[in-house]
Amino acid sequence: MPLDPAAVRHIARLARLAVAEDRLEGLRSDLERVLHLFDDLAAANVDNFAPLAHPHDQSLGLRDDVVGEGDRSDELLALAPSAQGGYFLVPKVIE
Amino acid sequence: MSTASIAALAADLAVGRTSAVQLAEQSLQRADAQRALNSFIRLDADAALAAARTVDADRAAGREMHPLAGIPFAHKDIFCTKGITTTCGSRMLQHFVPPYDALVVERLARAGAVSIGKTNMDEFAMGSSNENSAYGAAINPWGSARVPGGSSGGSAAAVAAGIVPFATGTDTGGSIRQPAAFCGITGLKPTYGRVSRYGMIAYASSLDCAGVLARSATDCATVFDQITGFDPRDSTSVDRPADRTADALGQPLAGLRIGVAREYFGGGVHDDVAARTHAALRELEMQGAQLVDITLPSAHHAIAAYYVIAPAEASSNLARYDGVRYGHRSMDARSLDELYSRSRAEGFGSEVQRRILVGTYALSAGYYDAYYLRAQKVRRLIANDFLGAFGSVDLIAGPTAPTTAFRLGEKSGDALAMYAADVNTVAVNLAGLPAISVPAGFAADGLPVGLQLIAPAFAEARLLNAAHQLQRVTDWHLQEPAA
Repeated sequence: MPLDPAAVRHIARLARLAVAEDRLEGLRSDLERVLHLFDDLAAANVDNFAPLAHPHDQSLGLRDDVVGEGDRSDELLALAPSAQGGYFLVPKVIE
Repeated sequence: MSTASIAALAADLAVGRTSAVQLAEQSLQRADAQRALNSFIRLDADAALAAARTVDADRAAGREMHPLAGIPFAHKDIFCTKGITTTCGSRMLQHFVPPYDALVVERLARAGAVSIGKTNMDEFAMGSSNENSAYGAAINPWGSARVPGGSSGGSAAAVAAGIVPFATGTDTGGSIRQPAAFCGITGLKPTYGRVSRYGMIAYASSLDCAGVLARSATDCATVFDQITGFDPRDSTSVDRPADRTADALGQPLAGLRIGVAREYFGGGVHDDVAARTHAALRELEMQGAQLVDITLPSAHHAIAAYYVIAPAEASSNLARYDGVRYGHRSMDARSLDELYSRSRAEGFGSEVQRRILVGTYALSAGYYDAYYLRAQKVRRLIANDFLGAFGSVDLIAGPTAPTTAFRLGEKSGDALAMYAADVNTVAVNLAGLPAISVPAGFAADGLPVGLQLIAPAFAEARLLNAAHQLQRVTDWHLQEPAA
């Protein structure tokens, strides 16, 4: 199905991927080709089949709601590009 | 070059003919001598030698040793290693040092196996050639102009080149089996849920599977037995007893019914590859296996279903890379929104971005039913094909990949041509089945061909036994590329 530049901008926005204007057309035609591959799905007769989300149709395992690992916030905050006083730092959100 | 099996190395270690330190040093030297393969993103000589010294000391102290104790190997750089950079082949994680070990890493360390480093891979395991790595393409030891396959291309190249006797890998749509086939080694993708994914960086969670690449089925069995089993830290880990496959490799093939799937020899499969596959199957037949022609009628929908489902799951899984908590962060973002979108645009390579966009599209309002939901129904058809076939056969066979290793650059500009290389492997992941790629000789171009065997869920022992019986009477898996 044809894909217009506005749709590509919309998808990129949903995916939080910055796309430079000069790359937009290349990306559009590229995605359009890939999406064309999916036309094949329309040919499959799936009328009476339930979707399969998980290969063994099994339910996910549950565990008791108890703390397993202790507080590792220092280790995890150390991975952040920018952190201070126990918080992740981001650009100012509220002026 | 070293093609010694794990068992042979373990025997040498047991009688003191070699030591873990010597084996680690030899592996590191071979890795260094073959740097041109770019099979490693990182070598860790100090850590490897320290681990090897511990194993040697334990042995000297008379402790009971695991068959993998002192055996050098390498981890695909998708497995988190505590204190050791884990990039997943991406610029996004160039400086990521995990604070914990993956289960697979824990288990192999506990056995005393000695990791010498982290192998190259397609970024976030998205690719079939290893050309999507942010750290450069790995090279196939069988030909310097050829790809090793992907995404576990570095692992396959390192084993094929004799740098290490085995390496870990992951398989979402063929990422263990296809590089094993391209590099002339043995690659086991276990049943979905058989090996915990704890600490394994996620691509498509309903498909991702950890496994092993090694020279032989016997070696795959030894490693698989050590990494399989229930793990409460992975909610998809299967809670059922894991039979030791290494003890099940002596079964005669008489009476084993192998379904030869017509669809796996379809249009894109080179004649040469088909001929080698049939020749390998005849070897199994001569040992008493019965070859049965079968059909998997929905097989031709597998690529489309896979390339909707895997990107959809990837778009969700990779949402975690936001430039805030870990990973790459754009330096010139003026708002939180720009921080997200620029960090991701700078950190992800083009194929990863393509799959995120395709997946986002497939899940977005107005397209969910036509793409994602429909793909999941097709997934059911494909799984049912296998269920039906396994009513009358014990294993299913075909070529692992339609061609031998293609040239570097041959498909890297054409996503659809690259995706088509996965035609015989993706259905196995959609159905969650175990499968193995076993060397089946060489095509006229001198490059290895892989035979894929597929088993019902949890029948890894049957799969490994059949592969082992083939390797008992053939020597394709022992061939070495010219150094």
